[in-house]
Order: sequence, then C-alpha cells, then structure tokens
Amino acid sequence: MASLLELTPCEGLLPVTAGGVTLAELPPALITSIAPFEAKQAAVARVLKSLGLGWPRPGRMIARGDACCLWSGRGQAMLIGAGAAGLEGIAALSDQGDGWARMRIEGAHSEAVLARLVPVDLSPAAFGKADVARTALGHMMLLIARTGGQAFDLMVFRSMARTAVHELTVAMKAVAARDNAT
Amino acid sequence: MRITCPLCGSRDRREFHYYGGAVYAERPAADAPPEAWDGYLHLRDNPAGETRDLWYHELGCSAWIEVTRNTVTHAVLSARLLAGPERQGRSARSILTKKKPNSGGKGR
Repeated sequence: MASLLELTPCEGLLPVTAGGVTLAELPPALITSIAPFEAKQAAVARVLKSLGLGWPRPGRMIARGDACCLWSGRGQAMLIGAGAAGLEGIAALSDQGDGWARMRIEGAHSEAVLARLVPVDLSPAAFGKADVARTALGHMMLLIARTGGQAFDLMVFRSMARTAVHELTVAMKAVAARDNAT
Repeated sequence: MRITCPLCGSRDRREFHYYGGAVYAERPAADAPPEAWDGYLHLRDNPAGETRDLWYHELGCSAWIEVTRNTVTHAVLSARLLAGPERQGRSARSILTKKKPNSGGKGR
C-alpha cells in the first residue's frame, strides 16, 4: 500500500514573523460543525455543558482547556478539540477537521495587521476576549476569535490557506515597514 | 453603506448579497388566484423612499434578513431575521440602530 504523507494546511508556509507580529499554524484538532435540529437547542446545550462547554451566544466562544465551542453562524457552532459524542440525533454534525486552516496571529500590532484585511472593528472595546466574528479576510470567508490580549485565532477554508498566508504576510510586512519609518 | 445584521451587528455592505424585494418571502398559497402569482413573480414597486428587501449575509452568519432602507437618503432603517425568532442569544431589537424613519422627501 502506498504510504501517504500527511500535510497540515499551512505546511511549509508558517510560522512567519514581521514587526513583532507572529503568524503560526495551530496544531491539527478535531473540528465538528453542530447545527441543532428544530426544538433541540436546549438538548444540544445540555450535552455541550456536560463537556464543560455550552452553546455559545452569537459572536461568542466558550473555551475550556484545549476544547472550545465557537458560534459560527445562524444556528451553527464549531466544536474544536473535543468529540461530539452524545449529539447524534439531536443536531446535524459534520466532521470538518480537514476542511479548515487554523492560524494564530499574535503581537502588539496584530490588530493593525488585521485592520488591513478584516472589515470589522477588532479593538478590545468592540471585540474582547472570547468574541467571535464570521466575516471576511480580503475576499475570503473568515472565522476569527480573540483568544488573548494581542492574539487572534483565524480559520479559513483549507483551500485558501496559501492565499490567506500570503495576504496576512504582506499586511504584516507593510505594518512593520511603517513602524520602522516612524 | 452598512447593514446592521440582527446577529452580527453593524457590517459592511460587501458582506451581503442582495436578492430583491421582500415580496419574495411572502409566497402566495398554492391555490391563490393567478393574479396573486403574477404579482408575486413579476410585479415590483420601485419607490423613491422607504423600501424593504432581502439580503443574505453570505460572508457572515449565513442568515437571510429583511432590510428596511430608504432609496433616497440611503439610510438603513432596520433589519430583521427572516427565519423565526433566534433563540440563541442577544435580541435583534437591542442592537439595531435606533434611527428615526426618514420621510424620504428630503433627499441629499
């Protein structure tokens, strides 16, 4: 049998550092999208509670240890880093672990870098810790969460990984150049 | 132009896809007279002033919303989710812009 090579979405592309901002790939994890069936919202929330998580409000995430549950759209959340046992039959589940490129951007100017590509206000006042937005990165669909004071977790479709890294790297270098010029 | 999505808050127009008049969401019954179906399929108002239309938040939460806006002043007055009251969080009303409806006659 052929021996297949397993590559992560950003293999060979990351990490990149410029101007004190680092873009790195997050380790591979289980990702399951959860869309509760009609009238099963409370039951789904109970199962997630038993995992130490819960059903996130729109624009929020609930994290515990390495696992988290991110709101990802109307009636949908992403369960990351934990199995979806107990949700069969009460929610539409889909394994998306191979479908996403997950990255973390971190550093004092990470907000300034993202401001060049993401059309939402990411200042701490408007987008605090554990806030989540589904929006755009350039022309790509993006799921973004603030996971630290200066750190954001980014998720784009795996097929867009190279473009996302390119766009973010260009923005990082441009912000770094401005910083050097002043 | 910015649209206040009931789930996501104020977002840039580029995140939305325009579908057409809100009439599309008011489908006649199967046994409705042909005039009702004719109106549903083909007849649209083109008002100078307040209008309601359907938008899809394609680069956001994937919700269909009905937006009330003014074609003369470009003001976006309100937006609501089309698919039932969303029970998973903040209410739509609390984050909608509380602008006074514009009379529509004043223009620029």
